[in-house]
Amino acid sequence: MIQKLFIQILFIGFAGLAFSQELFVSGMVKSDQDLGLPFVKVQVKGQNTGVTTDGTGFYRIKVSDSTNTVLTFSLIGYEKQEVQLNGRLSLDITLMELVNNQQEVVVGYGTSKSKELTGATTKINGENVEKMSVARVDQALQGQVAGVNIATNSGSPGGSSNIRIRGLSTFGDNDPLILVDGVVYDSEGLNALNPSDIKSINVLKDATAGIYGVRAANGVIIVETKKGNVNSKPQIEYNGYWGQQQTSRKLDLLTAQEYAVIKNEMFGLSGQALPFNNTNLGVGTPWQDSVFQTAPIQSHNLSISGGTLNTRYSIALGYFNQDGIVGGSKSNFSRYNARMNLSTDMSPKLKLNTVLLYSNDSRSTLPENGIGSVLYNTINAFPTVPIRKPNGQFSYMEEVSDIINPIAQMQNQYNWNTANKLVGKEEFIYNFNEHLSFTNRINYNVAFVDAKVFSPLVWYGEGKYANTAINDQLESPTVELAPGVEINRGAAVYEERSTFVDLTYESFLNYEKTFAENHKIKGTAGVSIFQRKGSSLSGTGFGIPNNSVAYADISANTAQGGYLNNVGSWEFTERLVSSFVRAEYSFKEKYLFSGILRRDGSSKFGPNSRYGIFPTAAAGWVLSDESFFKVKFINYVKLRVSYGVSGNDQIPNFAYRGLLNGEGVYVFDDLITQGVAIGRPSNPDLKWETTRQLNIGADFTFWKNLDFTTNYFIKNTFDLLFQPDVTAIIGSYGPGGYPPVINAGNVSNKGLELEFAYHIRKKKHFSTDLNFNVTTITNKVTKVPNGVDYIPGAGFSVGGDVATRFQEGYEIGYFFGYQTAGIFQTQAQIDAASVVQEGAKPGDIIFVDQNGDGKISFSDDSDKTYLGSAIPDFTFGFNFNVRFKAFDLSGMIYSAIGQEIIRNYERQQPYANQLGYMVDRWTGPGSTNENPRVTTEATRNNLFSSYYVEDGSFARLKNIQIGYSFPAPKLKKIKVDSFRIYVSANNLITLTRYQGFDPDLGSSSALSAGVDYGFYPQAKTFMGGIQLKF
Amino acid sequence: MKLIQKTLIITGLCVLSFSQTACDKFLSVDPPYTQDVENFFQTPEDYDRALTGAYDMLQGSFLTLWLGEIASDNAIAGGESVNDSPGLHQIDGMVHGGVNNELRNVLRWNYTGITRANYILENKDNIDFPGKAHIIAEAKFLRAYYYFELVKYFGDVPLIIDRRIGIEEALQIPRSPKTEVYAQIEQDLKDAAEVLNPVASQKGRATKGAAQSFLGKVYLYQNKFTEAAATFDEVIASGSYSLIPNYNQLFSVENENNSETVFDVQYTGLEGGSYGCLICLEGNAAVGFQGIRQYNGPIYGDGNSYNLPTQELYDAFSSIDPRRNATILDIDAFIASQPNPASITYAIGAGGHTGYYNNKYIKRQGEIGLPDNDLTSPVNYRVMRYADVLLMAAEAHYQLGHTSTAQQLVNQIRGRAGVPGINVNSINVIYKERRFELSGEGLRFFDLVRTGQAATYINGFVVGKHELFPIPQVEIDLAGGNWSQNPGY
Repeated sequence: MIQKLFIQILFIGFAGLAFSQELFVSGMVKSDQDLGLPFVKVQVKGQNTGVTTDGTGFYRIKVSDSTNTVLTFSLIGYEKQEVQLNGRLSLDITLMELVNNQQEVVVGYGTSKSKELTGATTKINGENVEKMSVARVDQALQGQVAGVNIATNSGSPGGSSNIRIRGLSTFGDNDPLILVDGVVYDSEGLNALNPSDIKSINVLKDATAGIYGVRAANGVIIVETKKGNVNSKPQIEYNGYWGQQQTSRKLDLLTAQEYAVIKNEMFGLSGQALPFNNTNLGVGTPWQDSVFQTAPIQSHNLSISGGTLNTRYSIALGYFNQDGIVGGSKSNFSRYNARMNLSTDMSPKLKLNTVLLYSNDSRSTLPENGIGSVLYNTINAFPTVPIRKPNGQFSYMEEVSDIINPIAQMQNQYNWNTANKLVGKEEFIYNFNEHLSFTNRINYNVAFVDAKVFSPLVWYGEGKYANTAINDQLESPTVELAPGVEINRGAAVYEERSTFVDLTYESFLNYEKTFAENHKIKGTAGVSIFQRKGSSLSGTGFGIPNNSVAYADISANTAQGGYLNNVGSWEFTERLVSSFVRAEYSFKEKYLFSGILRRDGSSKFGPNSRYGIFPTAAAGWVLSDESFFKVKFINYVKLRVSYGVSGNDQIPNFAYRGLLNGEGVYVFDDLITQGVAIGRPSNPDLKWETTRQLNIGADFTFWKNLDFTTNYFIKNTFDLLFQPDVTAIIGSYGPGGYPPVINAGNVSNKGLELEFAYHIRKKKHFSTDLNFNVTTITNKVTKVPNGVDYIPGAGFSVGGDVATRFQEGYEIGYFFGYQTAGIFQTQAQIDAASVVQEGAKPGDIIFVDQNGDGKISFSDDSDKTYLGSAIPDFTFGFNFNVRFKAFDLSGMIYSAIGQEIIRNYERQQPYANQLGYMVDRWTGPGSTNENPRVTTEATRNNLFSSYYVEDGSFARLKNIQIGYSFPAPKLKKIKVDSFRIYVSANNLITLTRYQGFDPDLGSSSALSAGVDYGFYPQAKTFMGGIQLKF
Repeated sequence: MKLIQKTLIITGLCVLSFSQTACDKFLSVDPPYTQDVENFFQTPEDYDRALTGAYDMLQGSFLTLWLGEIASDNAIAGGESVNDSPGLHQIDGMVHGGVNNELRNVLRWNYTGITRANYILENKDNIDFPGKAHIIAEAKFLRAYYYFELVKYFGDVPLIIDRRIGIEEALQIPRSPKTEVYAQIEQDLKDAAEVLNPVASQKGRATKGAAQSFLGKVYLYQNKFTEAAATFDEVIASGSYSLIPNYNQLFSVENENNSETVFDVQYTGLEGGSYGCLICLEGNAAVGFQGIRQYNGPIYGDGNSYNLPTQELYDAFSSIDPRRNATILDIDAFIASQPNPASITYAIGAGGHTGYYNNKYIKRQGEIGLPDNDLTSPVNYRVMRYADVLLMAAEAHYQLGHTSTAQQLVNQIRGRAGVPGINVNSINVIYKERRFELSGEGLRFFDLVRTGQAATYINGFVVGKHELFPIPQVEIDLAGGNWSQNPGY
């Protein structure tokens, strides 16, 4: 070793002596985007030594001869270039990005070149995420990857989206496994992740995700955070934007005048007194104008990254803050992030990677997307009533007990939660040699989640469900503790502190070697141990002084003797022990084979089914490498197939164990005597859901510029985890009893994914990237639990019918109700109809007799039918990125076609406000065949029918951005590497026929997807931002 | 520190050698600080609490109070409309089939009772303590009670003993022959009778006499007259029970748990409830349901006019038999006899009206519980009265040719009721006496079936079919579809 060094020193010294006249070549290495490329390795051909470009792409290398010397420029992900100097001492180079198939892709416990991949994996670069300017990474993923459907659960700040990789495969939890630098994040936990910290996202869609075994059935998303680069000067980067948001839509509601006319007609035709003497009331109160507001959004990220020869670092700070378009600061999300990624060579063979992510995120929320939510109340509030009465009190709307003044409601809501999260990784990689490495790492994820809910004494008017006071003087209700002992309940505050600690230890070997030039083998084998512990302590304090949020802490309670105050707690531990092996073989990088085997043992499941083995096999064939393949315009073709088994373990802990939460109460000696009884019985056979997935895919490159990837998959999920009715002999139907969690039911998803990527590189001034993807998925329930015809889902209206179902032969959560066929125009038409519809009058909806028995059955389901589903037939994503000189234009369009939405935000009650379409209600024969009459009589017009089902198809310009980059030479003078400014808009245009606030309507529950209770819409946002590097 | 070391070693073993036992240990996580089904029965108190849970399901017996009457010639279903509890109306008309919520509840609730008793018996060897034998005996009594209910309704039923079953196993379990179920019931009652105290430590607990009386009844249901007579004779000879003098006072709350009480299902009015979960109630739902619809007047409370006695039953009584009016309330006659009849109102339900109400189990003022008082009557269900024991003994003895013993027993009953003695020259005399003494108590249908008289008395009763109720089709499906339906359904 020392000897070698000595010789090197000698050699360098000798060289210095021999060539006293030193020659240096310098220049800039730029990308085809005209951006300076750092870390490009510049070498004199034939020599081992070389230099690396700095942060701006500048290099300076010593050469011995300025004529014949050939310089090589290389950088991972770019095409290597060799240039002969021919006397030049200044040489600028443009490196072309490699075509996709040479990119490095993370596949779980290792990486792979995309050419070697046999699975269906899609990579998204961090820039594409950051560009979307959103709070959460799931929002940024919408439309980016074929086969990944993302619907927004809530447009409120910090609201989650649901990520569905290759369809809905279960009744329960459909969330994929999300790993951030190897650490498990649940969907809710994504609030903690700063999209600006992301370097890349890899989505494993098919059975090759089976390397993650029992957790892989819903797909795996692997997020890598940004890292520094070797041997580069510290680069400081600031990205920030500021913006204003407004609602993307307001509903067309009745004006006061229309409302008064319609209500008079409604009551008058039913023979009741007219509510309005004067209908000339003008516009009235536009509740939406007061509920929706313009709200600010801002994001700031500061990072420094760089590296020495053996250390790389990237350190970042982030701040994000978004107010809601409903409720402003009452519906706020804010986040502070700190990140450190550090890699260092501890010795030539031992490398340490360490990641530390700290976040503090806070969210305040309003009731949303449900009966009684702010927007539900906004839609149904009477336009004839002012927000405040002349005496300054909020108006009441006492005619309907469950519609409250939405402005008052917002003012009285105090819901906060804050999560402090510390996520980290300590990873040691020992390289035995260039073929074999041994990785040991410990990951941790510690989260402290605090929640606080303050419930003041409020009064919304006589008889309102939401009242907590007993009158408009806000007097407190009393609680009788014992005969004659009454105490005031007062305002209450609920607080909860929960702690979650995840620890993962993983240890694995990676081996890679090529034999006899053509035979390449790769192997991965390892183990993983995971433990999660959670605990929580919560309490409620009553009698908060002055009915004021200023004292909203349990310590401030004044409940006499503390009698009312109560506490709760829980604790759990879950563990997962796994071992895994992956073996890959390729011949000439042309014939590719791989096999995966994972064994998982999980504490979530019963002792009878605790261990599972998940095998996967895959193969690929690079057809274009065959000598017989001679299609000129096709540069690259690979065919792939994979098949494997994976699992879903997303059920509550201890679900296999019986709970003593039943009611076992009997009367002895005339006294009620408390005993115990089994509530939920145990199911020691409880196991994971099993998914078997076949993927057939192909990758093409046409005309060098057009990449095309297609995948067809069949994904069958078995043994769904359920809690359906079970046989009486299990003995779970006593008081407080409920059925055990069981495995029953199957679901199938079949789909086709197409991804196109088109790049034009016309040298310096112009480039274009276009990405287009299409997904179509057919979802079908193929089996329901024994003895069960269907599982009922979401209800329609208040106390109405079940509108969605889980039933064999249909999509999960399909809509089930009466089909309509227009409006009865005359009594004669009703009398002459071949189908008897009991109770029908002119102006009522005509229902279709599905079973052909000559009458509409209202007492059973025999005339109800399929009315659609929330699952789109097709989803499209289109990304474009055009650069011309210093200007760039990019955008993202997402579209989902063929799904339906249930309009369920209308309160079916005489006084409730209605949508503008009611102006065209039925008023007499021939008036309309669309909308029924208005009446206060009991009709069947508000039964769940296709009248309430709308086409939910939409296309949305999710983001559009125009930027300008200042010319590099000028910036150089002020020591700035790059400076870009941009303006950007999110959700600028939405094309849809849907009448509700937002057609991009998700739900975390598979059975209530597509039911709109007054969805919190996504904001339309206008932003300006800067990106600065120096 | 030692713990950490141990955990590390176990994990290490688990991972490196894939040692199954080490892995199992690591993965066997108990829920922290939680008493759950798998770690219960650590103290005598645990046993006692579980036993209370097993008793709880007795309160579902009010369904037998309905079905035993409505299925027979004693009563019609009544109620708000024919769509109000359609299962009861179908049974009333002998047109019931495989969809019947009431029958499904009979199946579900009794199996829940069995499961709760089995849960104790499954863990009977966990610890030892004084008094455990009595708890085990009570659990066996309860299990026998629930199985007897099931076998009366459905005949062959799956026999699950001393353990809980998992969902997979539940799909494989067949219906056991009635004889096997009866054998288990007999064994449980014998075991119980050996241990149970003659006098209950607390009102409501099973006694030796209760176990023996049920054992006798179980024999009688199988026409094992010798064993039945011998068992009833033991109860009678024990001297623990006697008829109370006044028949009229038998069904009031204040006279509960008297010398004639062999076994009552205990109810209380101290806890409210809702229609959504009748099995969750601590009160007797039958009483409120059987009350007079929208009644406004003295003595009685308003109810839902269920389970209404028929004219035929009223007419069957001798007009001098005081048990007629004690059993049946003639509402119009009652109103007419009140001081201010015009002020008393009630409504007739569209589910049927006979003019009569079950006067034994009817909502009375002063016997109503917390709201909703339609649901929370404190009136106990007298499932085994000493009078019933005497009549069953008479029946067994008569069948064995001991006519004079039978006659003496029957006349003991008639004497208390205040009607002249009778010559017991036919088994039918005893059968009729059972009807006069026990009508309105949920026994009639099962008596008629047991004695082969059902087709004679019940309109629409089909021999070979209606002796048993159908197993709800959904339960056949949920149990894996392997059970055959009862004949004729």
